[in-house]
Amino acid sequence: MAGSKLWSSQTGSDLGRNRSIWSALHLDPILLGLLLLLVGGGLFVLYSGADRNIDVVKAQGIRLGVAFVVMFVFAQLDPAVFRRWAPWLYGLGLIGLVAVLLVGVGAKGAQRWLALPGLPRFQPSEFMKLVVPMMAAWYLSRYYLPPTFPRVMTGLVIVLLPMFLIIQQPDLGTSLLVGMAGIFVVFFAGISWKLIAAFLAMVSVSAPLMWFFVVREYQKQRVLTLLDPQSDPLGAGWNIIQSKTAIGSGGMEGKGWLQGTQSHLEFLPESHTDFIVAVLAEEFGFIGMLLLLTVYFLIILRCLYISVTAQDSFSRLVAGALTMTFFIYIFVNIGMVSGLLPVVGVPLPLISYGGTSSVTLMAAFGVLMSIHTHRRMITA
Amino acid sequence: MVWGELKNTAAERRLFQRRAMVMLVFVLVLMTGLLARMYQLQIVEHEIYTTLSDKNRVQVQSVPPPRGLVYDRNNVLLAENRPVFSLTVVPERVGDMDATLARLSDILSIADEDLERFQRRLREPRRPFQAIPLSYDLDEAEIARMAVHRHQFPGVEVEAELVRYYPHSELTAHALGFVGRINRDELQRIDPVNYAGTNYIGKSGIERFYEEALHGQVGYQHVETNARGRILRVLERVNPVPGEDLQLHLDLRLQRRAHELMEGRRGAIIAIEPKTGGILALASVPGFDANKFVTGISVNDYRELSQSIDKPLFNRALRGQYPPASTIKPMMAVAALDSGATDKDRRIWDPGYFQLREGGRRFRNWNRSGDGWVDLKYSMARSNDVYFYAVGVDMGVDVMSSYLARFGFGEDATLDVSGALTGLLPTADWKRAVRNEPWYPGDSVNMSIGQGFLLATPMQLATATALIANRGAWVEPRLLKDVHGDSPVEEFLPEQTHEQLELKDPDDWEYVVDTMEEVMHGARGTGRSAGRGASYRMAGKTGTAQVFSLGQDEEYDEEQIRERLRDHALFVGFAPADDPKIAVAVIVENGGSGSGAAAPVARALFDAWLEEFPAEQAEPVISDSSAAGGDN
Repeated sequence: MAGSKLWSSQTGSDLGRNRSIWSALHLDPILLGLLLLLVGGGLFVLYSGADRNIDVVKAQGIRLGVAFVVMFVFAQLDPAVFRRWAPWLYGLGLIGLVAVLLVGVGAKGAQRWLALPGLPRFQPSEFMKLVVPMMAAWYLSRYYLPPTFPRVMTGLVIVLLPMFLIIQQPDLGTSLLVGMAGIFVVFFAGISWKLIAAFLAMVSVSAPLMWFFVVREYQKQRVLTLLDPQSDPLGAGWNIIQSKTAIGSGGMEGKGWLQGTQSHLEFLPESHTDFIVAVLAEEFGFIGMLLLLTVYFLIILRCLYISVTAQDSFSRLVAGALTMTFFIYIFVNIGMVSGLLPVVGVPLPLISYGGTSSVTLMAAFGVLMSIHTHRRMITA
Repeated sequence: MVWGELKNTAAERRLFQRRAMVMLVFVLVLMTGLLARMYQLQIVEHEIYTTLSDKNRVQVQSVPPPRGLVYDRNNVLLAENRPVFSLTVVPERVGDMDATLARLSDILSIADEDLERFQRRLREPRRPFQAIPLSYDLDEAEIARMAVHRHQFPGVEVEAELVRYYPHSELTAHALGFVGRINRDELQRIDPVNYAGTNYIGKSGIERFYEEALHGQVGYQHVETNARGRILRVLERVNPVPGEDLQLHLDLRLQRRAHELMEGRRGAIIAIEPKTGGILALASVPGFDANKFVTGISVNDYRELSQSIDKPLFNRALRGQYPPASTIKPMMAVAALDSGATDKDRRIWDPGYFQLREGGRRFRNWNRSGDGWVDLKYSMARSNDVYFYAVGVDMGVDVMSSYLARFGFGEDATLDVSGALTGLLPTADWKRAVRNEPWYPGDSVNMSIGQGFLLATPMQLATATALIANRGAWVEPRLLKDVHGDSPVEEFLPEQTHEQLELKDPDDWEYVVDTMEEVMHGARGTGRSAGRGASYRMAGKTGTAQVFSLGQDEEYDEEQIRERLRDHALFVGFAPADDPKIAVAVIVENGGSGSGAAAPVARALFDAWLEEFPAEQAEPVISDSSAAGGDN
């Protein structure tokens, strides 16, 4: 099995010449290879999803190039650097989020961008996807694990504070991803199953209350539309009906590259951004989806392996949480496009058109590579 | 270590490994869930979504058939189809509608009524992304301006459609009728499938009568469209069956001559080929330009046409109901001979008037001084009224009516001419029912010379005249001569319904024709000046009908009143008398006298048909239908 090889290939003492070159570059060749495979295939799908607009593919190629450079830079930094900087970056991120609410710019009724003079526009919430798990890991790994109840609560506050600020923008999707990243840290830290059960019970009790008092009207609409897309087939239900039609009509082998009628005839909205997986499913069928999910799974497997073999608790917690955040991206996006989850703005990682999330994701992989390649060979 | 507490590194690693295993299982389960979802959508429910996807992209569109062309008997094109360019707007693709309309009216002239209609359509419920027509019939300059400014007008398109065009419209408007936009009533009558995509329908005349044949069968195509309804490619196409091309008996040359002869006058001419019943000319003067009606006539143009005192829209040939006056005498003569009310030798004393009884009301002969002893032949030639008064009273209303009915009066006897009126053929019962009065002998007196209650259309007079020319053989008047294509013309023409008019003594036909020849060629015939110098013998009868009344609400100046109170001039006849090739009915409204105004017109038509045109027919005419249809 490919999986067992991934788990075992670089353990032990078989340190070949290749290993040393990759080590010097602070890159993990297996993870890098899988990422390049994913990104390369993704550009083909994007060309189709963007209706043969080569300019879109070129722009995305450039962004991905930048993202790989960012990954490379992050990989060069020692994990200790991330740990040292975590509280400061977290503080900076909170200030940025408050600033977005006060002076931010944006579109479609949501303020997400901060346009500071002399700097490129950026989203502090994107930044927090990396920083929140680092901060939580920094805090929890200062003490012995598993954490005591008060420390768990403090950890949750660290997570919920930025989540709350991001929800105000409003940006449910990003808030969810940031929150999940932090909660995975708490989970990996070893929070007791009883406590997990208690939290789940609390959430299920408070969910109806949230529905009536916290959830906004447009968010309710998305959930209701998910339950019954036919209630508004030309409005909010359109996206779901059309994406399900695209996926379903793909069948086993798909309609062939560039042959998807749903996307090329403009029935499928956002076919090159959030809904791109429907294009893939339509044109490459069930087999294509199987391949995509396999590549994603192999990446996750490799990242979990990196997490497990990390040398200190901070590294393990950060690596594990970033891996799971990556998975949440995949699950939420595909779940949403296939009509399992409500429509929230989460792109398909490294395939959807868009620079910001790609850069953040590749930075996360850079952190993982840094963790993997900065191990000190004490036990060897 | 900067941390304040003692850490058990190995235990923490084991704890993390356990948690990582849990997460791996979590990931595996959820990914399997996603894969199961894909399996459900792509394999289990594949058929459903394939259907949905096809329904999305594939639409069935109707392809309207090109309307059949209409030719005259020499294959001269009378009705064709031309591409007309109209401006349409897809409101969903227009940003600011008011601004767009304002800028459009800067470069194009958009009529207020078009704008109003557009605004009305805009407010009505409709399918999204459906184009609404804004302006019809753009000229070339406007199309060019639109092409230049097109990028400024997203959602505004110039669309072409084939629209009826009548190259000789003023001449043929009343004979052919015209097409127009389908209205609400017609919408309920027509087959919605066959007319999907057709915007025009025959409103009158041939266009209306042969609507089914001219229209053809609709075709359809499966087209792939995007979400906005724009056609990307055609997947499958069933071509429409074009409408039948019709060839009429009408001769454009004779039609044109008829109009020329009536130039500046009001009236009607019908010319029929007796053997075939073919209508050679059907002129109602003044005519109008039917092309104006096709795409929708403007309010001003329509007002001008409909309020003109010359009533150009009124089809006098088919719908003008006139007292036939003395032109009824040939039919009355047949009736009187066959019913035994008179014979060739009966003579009647004409003192200049007729009295039903001694000292009663005097019904005057037009010749006040009287013609003395007159027989039938003389009475026809001189159009003596007293003779016909006497035999009319002898026959009585019911005998006269039954004979006239067999000549086609009181009914629309045409086969395929739409919109012809029936005139009025009175009977005793009719008068009792409508007027609540008995039929007086005086009514018979009036009826015997084609006055009184009796009304006939020029078409009826021509039909009856053709029947005499045919010596009683009924051939109903018709316009359709042939159909270009495989089907025989009989498939399109209605059945004949009239039976031969047989007389007890068939020689009576020849005798009546003789008396009509006497009108044209006799020394004292009323039509002798019209018949003079002809190289062939013709038969005819003049008529002069009194104009009784004038609409009270119409305002005419004094000159016009005097002109419009003059008698109508009528003439019926055929030629050559022994082998008739053409039978005509002519009416010149307020022409004065039949012999002076109407008979010369008929003579000119006879000359043209018998002597001028047959020679010309040898010359090449446009006979190839494809060449004629494709010359623009």
